[in-house]
Amino acid sequence: MDEVLKFFLDYKEMIFAIVLSIFLGIEVISHVPAVLHTPLMSGSNAIHGVVIIGAIIVMGHAESTLSLILGFIAVILGTLNVVGGFVVTDRMLEMFKKKKN
Amino acid sequence: MDNIISLANQISVLEISYLLASVLFILGLKKLSHPATARSGNLWAAAGMGAAILFTILFHVKEGKHIENVPFILIALAIGSFIGWYASKKVKMTAMPQMVSIFNGMGGACAALISLMEFPKMQNAMALAGDSHMLGGEGIAILLGLMIGGVSFAGSMIAFGKLDGRIGDIKHPVLRIINLSFLVLLFVSLVLILFMKPETDNNLPIYLFAFAALVYGVTFVMPIGGADMPVVISLLNSFTGVAAAMGGFLYGNQAMLTGGILVGSSGTILTILMCKAMNRSLMNVIIGAFGVAGAGGVEAADKTVKEISLSDAAVLLSYSQKVYIVPGYGLAVAQAQHLCHELDNLLASKGVEVKYAIHPVAGRMPGHMNVLLAEADVPYEKLVEMEDANNEMSNTDVVIVIGANDVVNPAAEDDPSSPIYGMPIIKALDAKNIIVMKRSMAAGYAAIPNNLFYHSKNRMLFGDAKATLQKLVAEIKSL
Repeated sequence: MDEVLKFFLDYKEMIFAIVLSIFLGIEVISHVPAVLHTPLMSGSNAIHGVVIIGAIIVMGHAESTLSLILGFIAVILGTLNVVGGFVVTDRMLEMFKKKKN
Repeated sequence: MDNIISLANQISVLEISYLLASVLFILGLKKLSHPATARSGNLWAAAGMGAAILFTILFHVKEGKHIENVPFILIALAIGSFIGWYASKKVKMTAMPQMVSIFNGMGGACAALISLMEFPKMQNAMALAGDSHMLGGEGIAILLGLMIGGVSFAGSMIAFGKLDGRIGDIKHPVLRIINLSFLVLLFVSLVLILFMKPETDNNLPIYLFAFAALVYGVTFVMPIGGADMPVVISLLNSFTGVAAAMGGFLYGNQAMLTGGILVGSSGTILTILMCKAMNRSLMNVIIGAFGVAGAGGVEAADKTVKEISLSDAAVLLSYSQKVYIVPGYGLAVAQAQHLCHELDNLLASKGVEVKYAIHPVAGRMPGHMNVLLAEADVPYEKLVEMEDANNEMSNTDVVIVIGANDVVNPAAEDDPSSPIYGMPIIKALDAKNIIVMKRSMAAGYAAIPNNLFYHSKNRMLFGDAKATLQKLVAEIKSL
């Protein structure tokens, strides 16, 4: 029990952020029309590309050639996720805009 | 002293930029869920991401050291940006779901790689400190990030292969048991690794763990039917979000944490919404009742269908008052959206009222069909949602079903043994005449027999959607 409490104390800010973000994520998209399911999935797909920041940190503090190489690959993969995700979503949504005019 | 102040300043600049990025992610996601603001929402989220990346490179400090290897980082960013941009500009609209799946897999792989690099560092440091085990926030975050990221990567690749038609379904009851035991094995080894005594450069367990996660990703997606891939991609999407959040937890990085969790929770809700649109539960999708038994409409095999000639179809359509087109994925695969639009223009010029009845799950993903038709310049007002279209069916003269199958299958309404029983459908049977355009009588993607084809109101127009539409348009013009 002590360890659980200590864990909570150690990470309390992050635990707060996690719990609040869960509710926020549910609330934010709960009334989305079916037409937007695909673009929304694609857009949120791009947002989890934020993992690239971790890859940059790893690569920026790499201590060996191996971790530099692996970090390099990780940054490329993360960028693919971010750039590809946002561009694909934009292309889909471009279509939606066109048909309104 | 000056040094400390400037350090504090730098850290707060970084933190503020992460706060900004998190807010932009939230607002972007919110805007993405309304048709009018969706496009700007995507750009807002992208701006947040750009800021987070830029400020990380400029201001991130770990143990007093700034980000090094900046040129290499920039090169990697450039390579990734170029490939990502090029691939998403080139991809056909019909192949969109596959593309999303690949990008999702890349994110998962990125998260897994980060864990794979951080684990040896943590273990070496702990061994040096003489710790007796690796249980703690750091270890849990690393291992969960590796596991979820690995499953998401491998699963997304299989989902891509299935959507692209490269990988078939492997359905076997044994696979379910293997799957479940694999999942248990993964969690058990996660706990075992946490309780291991840290030893310098003892990396075999973590490599084996990563490998097991990849294998589970494959066996998890393998038995799920191809028609259910959108739901699976959405689920894996939220997995990758959680994996990214684990990285955020590890680095105490707020942008990664909020961004990842946001996607994790909204992705889960989106997955459930998608299942609801098909009137199924998530468990049902994962365990897979679809197409397993092939029950329902078994007697269909010995019934006969009526065909309609091109000229009869042309006459029938030209002298109708009201025509509904029900487009399906077959239309998109044949790249026939533009011809379809030509047909509707031609008929409109003859005074026929033409509209499109869009089923919520037409295409490969919800909303996919709207995107595909919009690409072919079909005006927004002509796309009618299922419920409204169904209300108008009884005074519709002809319904043309092009490359669609399950979304008009009456078994969903009257055959409780059918796997799609309960799914809302477009009630083509209420119209006066039905024309189904189809390549052959082979079963559809989901392999469920369709009694609509044998109904007395229906006539079949066999052939490739594009070629048939071409001939039909020519035929109507020559009338």
